[in-house]
Amino acid sequence: MALSFEIVGRFNRARAAQLTLPHFTCQTPRFMPVGTQGSIKGLTNNQLEEIGCQIILGNTYHLALHPGAELIDDIGGLHKFMNWKRALLTDSGGFQMVSLLQLADITEEGVTFQSPADGKPMLLTPEESISIQNKIGADIIMALDDVVKTTITGPRIEEAMYRTLRWIDRCIAAHKRPEVQNLFGIVQGGLDPTLRDICVKGLVSRNLPGYAIGGLAGGEDKDSFWRVVAQCTAALPEDKPRYVMGVGYPLDIVVCSALGADMYDSVYPTRTARFGTALVPEGVLKLTHMAMASDVRPIDSTCICMVCKNYTRAYIHCLVTKNAMGSQLLSYHNLSYMTRLSQDLHTSIIEGRFPEFVQGFLRTQFPKGDVPVWVCNAMEVAGIDISSCCAPFQSPLA
Amino acid sequence: MRFAVNHSCGGIGGARVGALFAGNSPIPVETPALLLSTRKGLPAFLSRDLLANLPFPGPHPLHISPINFIHGPTPSIISSIGGLHQMLALQNCVFVASARDSIESLPESVAANKLGASFETPGGRRLVKPSDYMEIISSLKPDFWASLADEVPAWVSEKRNKASVDRTVRWLDDCIALDKTGGSNIFGAIVGGASVEERKRCATEVAKKNVRGFYIGGFGLGESMEERPSLLNTVVDSLPEEKPRQISGLALPEEVLQGVAAGIDLFDSTYIYQLTFGGLALIFPIDILEGEIFNTQLHNFDDFTKINLRAAVYRKDTSPLVENCSCYTCQNHTRAYINHLLNVHEMLAQILLEIHNTHHYLGFFRSIREAIKIDKFDLFCKKFVEGRRAHLTSSQPCYDVHESPFLSTQTN
Ligand SMILES: [Zn+2]
Ligand SMILES: [Zn+2]
Repeated sequence: MALSFEIVGRFNRARAAQLTLPHFTCQTPRFMPVGTQGSIKGLTNNQLEEIGCQIILGNTYHLALHPGAELIDDIGGLHKFMNWKRALLTDSGGFQMVSLLQLADITEEGVTFQSPADGKPMLLTPEESISIQNKIGADIIMALDDVVKTTITGPRIEEAMYRTLRWIDRCIAAHKRPEVQNLFGIVQGGLDPTLRDICVKGLVSRNLPGYAIGGLAGGEDKDSFWRVVAQCTAALPEDKPRYVMGVGYPLDIVVCSALGADMYDSVYPTRTARFGTALVPEGVLKLTHMAMASDVRPIDSTCICMVCKNYTRAYIHCLVTKNAMGSQLLSYHNLSYMTRLSQDLHTSIIEGRFPEFVQGFLRTQFPKGDVPVWVCNAMEVAGIDISSCCAPFQSPLA
Repeated sequence: MRFAVNHSCGGIGGARVGALFAGNSPIPVETPALLLSTRKGLPAFLSRDLLANLPFPGPHPLHISPINFIHGPTPSIISSIGGLHQMLALQNCVFVASARDSIESLPESVAANKLGASFETPGGRRLVKPSDYMEIISSLKPDFWASLADEVPAWVSEKRNKASVDRTVRWLDDCIALDKTGGSNIFGAIVGGASVEERKRCATEVAKKNVRGFYIGGFGLGESMEERPSLLNTVVDSLPEEKPRQISGLALPEEVLQGVAAGIDLFDSTYIYQLTFGGLALIFPIDILEGEIFNTQLHNFDDFTKINLRAAVYRKDTSPLVENCSCYTCQNHTRAYINHLLNVHEMLAQILLEIHNTHHYLGFFRSIREAIKIDKFDLFCKKFVEGRRAHLTSSQPCYDVHESPFLSTQTN
């Protein structure tokens, strides 16, 4: 185990912690930006540090294609290759294959897929995924899991969950660098509480450095989503980090943190930036909108990032979707927003004002009091009173 | 704006160094200077924080095309923000405006008429009258700006070329008349195509006007390299020595040297932009007088001034773009990483290349100034051209001389 996880504050299920990894100490709850191919789109490492990014993701599937695991290994690992001094996490590559490639096929051996290079069938086994991730050298590496869409039901879910448990042992056995890289297991089991329970218990018995909750953020309904998160966080050990995969909407991060999750990743903040959308406390601001052409305010007057301190909405409106600079500036702001959200969650938990923070967040996002029912339900389980944020005559369909 | 010539090589009409005081900065822009090309005020990939990291003292002179703003923000919005410096949060940079930028604002002589100049823009072809132009200029409030010019390529008829001179001189009067400050920051535009007579006529006419400096347009539009020195000398000989001279359309290092030799002070150039988009990095020696020489170990597809980072040979190359370069890119990243970023179409490749290329080209200009100060500009040019030619002849016999016509004309 190459990490320490020290809880420094709590509010009911929510926790703030120091996650010390080989390359950096991160504060949780923490959003992790995705740098698919060894770069966060449009930002330099210096800028990422200024923004306050502490840990970023690389995608194993993409990196294995370009520049290739051997080359990264020869150069001394991904940290050195991209000259990133802080923490890194790599995924297993399996999810990317299943979601990007139509012809991926999962068997007991591993994920069979057509090589994008020459169309030949290739096989990604748990052993191969770990071997590649050992070469890339991230602080946290992920077990290969059997990924199924959350919207699928039936025996396939059960098969995938048991296979994920069988594969974790192959991953553990294949892991060559446990003293410098932390292997996280991934809880599967779809939306079925029984299957999730079996999976959590199975993984916990392997005493891994951390655990991820997988198979979510794939189009399932929000009430199912939070219930799975709540069930898993309740069952996972207190002293290990918990990572909800694929979550990047600010509201989801706040809810999951209230339920006791610690880490999140998503391409959403940077992808939406490229389409001209800024994340703001009120929700989103579409800079492409015509009204922005004459708006001389900053994107977010409460934001102290380089972009908000210097540029108007009107100027950014002229750049978005036309000039690279538009997506550079919006990515900068959006990641600043996500960092600030992470820090606010962390400090408000430590300072014992987490409920006030959540209330303030919800009031700004839902000024009319139309907080979604699933959020209200989740907050009840999290033990956070948000009645002051909800309109009394709220429709059950809201 | 204030300008002083501090030193010239070989008296009047040659290479010179000067100091240009403009904007809010007490530190002058030292000339000959490179005006960094921008799109809507920012270099293509450099936000203000990256621009501020370029380790050069003094205010950065940036070039801006008012035509970029035809598609917004509108003049009234720009005015309400407080002009260019405010809008771009570059209060200490010097903004120099002229219509042509060779990226998103290309002069289109066929569609120009007596009412206005025509430009190809991303939003289509636009006719721009002096009044349109001045409306944008007065909202932008650049530190200085060129009058609207009818820039024509070298191949147009004598009649069309004459008309462009007549129009450009007339539009200068229009711009001065329309300017709220009475033309106190105006550079008079000079055209005349590839005709020595028309160049002389235009320069003489414009020199008579109450302008603060000169914008020499119509170069890099099809004239031959052989005829360029005489055209440049004709123009410069007709201009007063004490006023600054800006030129558009001279981009390559050899072309810059040609312009400097003729006494040009300011160069607006899209060279860095073109290089950056091509995945190219400048690597030529800058401290030539200190004995730095062209690298003979370069690969076949390079031309000794730049390398193509897309080439597979850089896949595992863990050296920086240029050894000992102090730019952010070279201090932090390898050729292998940039090669990878280009392969996977990551925007960071362009960001890193623009940082290095800008840094490198600014260094080239600094070396030119140093050489002039110690009366060794001729030697600088000679060493630069010879250094390149030596390798061209020894290792690249099939090199296309037309790519660098300066090689065939520079003899001193
Ligand atoms: Zn911001
Ligand atoms: Zn450099």
